[in-house]
Amino acid sequence: MPTDFTPILSTIGGVLIGLSAAMMLVLEGRIAGISGIIGGLPSAPASERAWRAAFMGGLVLGGVVMVLLVPEQFGSNDAAGTGTLVVAGLAVGVGTRIGGGCTSGHGVCGLARRSPRSAVATVLFMTFAALTVLVTRHLL
Amino acid sequence: MNVLASLLSGLVFAIGLAVGGMTDPNKVLSFLDVTGAWDPSLAFVMGGAIVVYAPIYHRFTRRTRPLLQPEFYLPIRQSIDLRLVAGGMLFGVGWGLGGFCPGPAIVSVASLRGDVLTFVAAMFAGMLGVYLYDRSRASRR
Repeated sequence: MPTDFTPILSTIGGVLIGLSAAMMLVLEGRIAGISGIIGGLPSAPASERAWRAAFMGGLVLGGVVMVLLVPEQFGSNDAAGTGTLVVAGLAVGVGTRIGGGCTSGHGVCGLARRSPRSAVATVLFMTFAALTVLVTRHLL
Repeated sequence: MNVLASLLSGLVFAIGLAVGGMTDPNKVLSFLDVTGAWDPSLAFVMGGAIVVYAPIYHRFTRRTRPLLQPEFYLPIRQSIDLRLVAGGMLFGVGWGLGGFCPGPAIVSVASLRGDVLTFVAAMFAGMLGVYLYDRSRASRR
């Protein structure tokens, strides 16, 4: 299951993500951290729910557009069964909330802000993700 | 206006994730498989985003306020505590098992595939669990 090396497309995707995060900062003064924006929905005061829901709506809307335009960009995880996906989803949900961020908030915005917390979190989640793949693909 | 700005930001973010390859769990797992058939493409997603965002962040936050809000709402926590460390490790294990992090998972809901919907439902349950746990602890104090 090797995948193609796509440095140009991936850089373009990264630039768009950077521009989106910049838009959030320049217009709203906020960090574009997806797990924080969405996971913070239930605890946020009522006045803060609209922009959070709107950001999530933008993600879903963008997903609809891209699934229609470039369905080949949406692969599936053939290696993982339902049980594995449930454990994975729970780990990502709990981990990003107690860790205060995910790939966007810590990995992109936090590293760009030179936040020590985000540097620690990013090294840890990258390392543990790679170790998990090492175990599931090569040791089991 | 604020709602529109957030919606637009989310939309551009989603397009970036899909173009960059983050919405393909096989590509994510190949990126994480450094000892196997490694595909380093996704490092270019992170690198591209940081190269664009970092200079804008450092220049713009010198101003007193953003364009549509009275002040900045930036993280202030500095402590490297157990929650940060445990959360980072747990998130890594989940990302390596499922091949999805939160953004690409939500963007991929539109594909209506079973694996994505299962993952997203579990992810929301996990997020809600942390919220309920924190709330019950706060009310006991």
